[in-house]
Amino acid sequence: MARKKISVDRRSFLKNATVGAAALVATPVATAEAVANPHPAAAPRNASAPLPPVPRRGEAQLATVPATPDLTANIITVDHPGSDFMVDAFKAVGFEYLCSNPGNSFRSLHESFINYGGNKNPEFITCCHEESAVGMAHGYFKIEGKPLMVCVHGTVGVQHASMAIYDAFCDRVPIVVVLGNFGDAQTRASFVNWTHSAQDPAALIRDFVKWDDQPVTLQGFAESVMRAYKTAMTPPYMPVALVCDTDLQEFPIPNDPTLRVPPVTVDRPPQGDSGSVQQAAQWLVAAENPVIVADRAARTPGGLALMIELAETLQAAVVDRNGRMNFPTRHPLNQSERGGAVVGDADVILGLELTDFYGIVNAYYGDIYPRTRSLAKSGVKLISINSNDLYLKSNYQDFQRYQSVDLAMAADAEATLPSLIEAARKLITADRKRAYQDRGSKLAAAHQRTLAENRDLAANGWDASPISTARLSAELWNQIRNEDWSLVSNCQFVNRWPLRLWDFDKYYHYIGGEGGYGVGYGAPASVGAALANRKYGRFTVSIQNDGDLMFAPGVLWTAAHSKIPLLIVMHNNRAYHQEVMEVQRMADVHERGITRAWIGTTLIDPPIDYGKLAQSMGMHGSAPISDPKDLAPALREAMAVVKSGEPALVNVLTQPR
Amino acid sequence: MRNSTVPPSIGFLERAALRHPMRAHILALLALILIAAIVAIAFAVLIFARPSSAAEPEKPAIARQAKPVLAGSIEKGKKLFTSYGCYECHGRAAQGGIGPRLGPDPLPLAFIEKYVRHPSGQMPPYTAKTVSDQDLTDIYAFLKSLPESPKAKDIPILDE
Repeated sequence: MARKKISVDRRSFLKNATVGAAALVATPVATAEAVANPHPAAAPRNASAPLPPVPRRGEAQLATVPATPDLTANIITVDHPGSDFMVDAFKAVGFEYLCSNPGNSFRSLHESFINYGGNKNPEFITCCHEESAVGMAHGYFKIEGKPLMVCVHGTVGVQHASMAIYDAFCDRVPIVVVLGNFGDAQTRASFVNWTHSAQDPAALIRDFVKWDDQPVTLQGFAESVMRAYKTAMTPPYMPVALVCDTDLQEFPIPNDPTLRVPPVTVDRPPQGDSGSVQQAAQWLVAAENPVIVADRAARTPGGLALMIELAETLQAAVVDRNGRMNFPTRHPLNQSERGGAVVGDADVILGLELTDFYGIVNAYYGDIYPRTRSLAKSGVKLISINSNDLYLKSNYQDFQRYQSVDLAMAADAEATLPSLIEAARKLITADRKRAYQDRGSKLAAAHQRTLAENRDLAANGWDASPISTARLSAELWNQIRNEDWSLVSNCQFVNRWPLRLWDFDKYYHYIGGEGGYGVGYGAPASVGAALANRKYGRFTVSIQNDGDLMFAPGVLWTAAHSKIPLLIVMHNNRAYHQEVMEVQRMADVHERGITRAWIGTTLIDPPIDYGKLAQSMGMHGSAPISDPKDLAPALREAMAVVKSGEPALVNVLTQPR
Repeated sequence: MRNSTVPPSIGFLERAALRHPMRAHILALLALILIAAIVAIAFAVLIFARPSSAAEPEKPAIARQAKPVLAGSIEKGKKLFTSYGCYECHGRAAQGGIGPRLGPDPLPLAFIEKYVRHPSGQMPPYTAKTVSDQDLTDIYAFLKSLPESPKAKDIPILDE
């Protein structure tokens, strides 16, 4: 986009970035040429001459050319820095928020966002840790379906952010990460800037971003912003990274009439080919016990509706692996809580966006030398529709063990479902429909039995203290069930009780988990998801693991500061219990006593008062609750705070799982 | 019918048998011979084995096989249930967690002991060196002492 007013010619500015000011001081009279071009090329430096004083970047480079330049002054200003143009590019894509912990390698971009850009679309969200910033963007996407951008230092910032980027990569979540960097050694004006510079800043995360770039011109930057967005938003979704050079940000926009921000074009998700879709439909329609297993199948609310349509068309069992909200928990065809049984009976299994198809049809056993046994019966036909097959990285092994299948479509499942449903409908005969009705009735009965069993199991240890995770989940459900609620934390750590007891039927009712099981995701992702839910007036709730919160609790401050309504119910079991079990397992195997597994795995001495931690961040925090009878009143009190538009935390002392 | 144009979902041995039909029979025969050999060796060990240490007095066979009936202590069992970390998977009230519910009304002690020593699922093995028979008996006493939980139908927020 061409600018109306250009104060400083960029080419000349670049040549004079470090020595220009001093050179100008030595020029007593402004020549006509100097007025027309106030930053002529610097004369070759005499090595024996003393170096001219190098102004700090804030003085010399954020300088301007007055109408009548005072050539003796060090300080000039820039009316339209390159970062303004960058903001134009980011605004053209449309980011609602920018999550960031500030850093001077992107200070000009920061300033352009809040002043030139009006701090709107994106609005700057102050984060206390880069991991929190990325985690918030992660959770936000899974509610809103649109990526956020995150700005970090290209060195220390991206090191902080890296685990969260890895989680987003494993969870197939798009985020545009901008890495500030002092690319030109000549313009690094301090010791710190050198330590915060890298030759290749994105190298650290290249193994777990889909694409990265280091543009060297503004035009290149604008085009890379569009490519970054398009790449991140083409299934399989993944984070992308853009290195943002400080000189490119801070030097003036060049007087180039061809400079423009191109419109962004996002690819349509790839669909399975018609022949494979037809084959899959034939097998599914003919199957006696077809099973649909879904992990990240529903990318959007429309995907959830398509999943229901496919399952009901076939009257097929559905096993939701809960990477996303794929299928209603109370739907009669939902067999997720008896997944092993239905997989064992299946003659056709349709895997949709599965992370681990091998783990669906095989079970691991044994500790030191794990072995596997097949869960599926001989002759079962396996069909896979998976966009992950379109893009694989080498180093990190999140792609799981290889599973042979009978029909593999490297395609987006949600985009393929309409044609698969259509193909199946055309093949279903009246006889098949009658068989389907019988099958559907049996599955519905099994679903009801399982729900009743889970309620009975939840009653065990009902009055125990510390509070059982089943009681915690049931009490919470009883409070929120009449709200327009959204659970934004992983249920695995409370033994899946919400998924076993609650009625999930909307896309935003659940957002899955970390992706890479990187601890520290939970707190920021829930705050980010609550941020996305805020404008819809939804009641957002998370069941927050204590160990996870302690990685970067500053995100509570961000929630309070930005007035993000979120009910945080602590699952305060005072340990990294997965690791307690792992260490104990080793103690068993090594036969050296099993009473010391708590060493290095527990958070008990001193106890952490999460209510006071929340209060210190400016939000509501309850006293520790260990008696289950006190839970409901504490939840109600905190919910009133959340409904007023603020976050609140209830500190519940819980059992391990 | 498996579509011949797509990779079959079968294990390695099954693939080998498909490529060489006779190999399946040969493998089965070899397996039978191996099993027979193991049984024969085990029988021989039972019949002919003797204590390796001369210092250890030979005990009557009946004494080696009989297992004393141990009395369990509820209090000790309760402490062991915590200190041994049983609650990590099974819950502090043995109500179940990522491991199954253990009490009240536990399965027979003999079954539990057998499973604890030789588990088949995710549970790690607890040898007698790690958890003695007496410890197990005490834990069992604790499990038997647990009060009944209320029924789901009697809990309004569970009885939807």
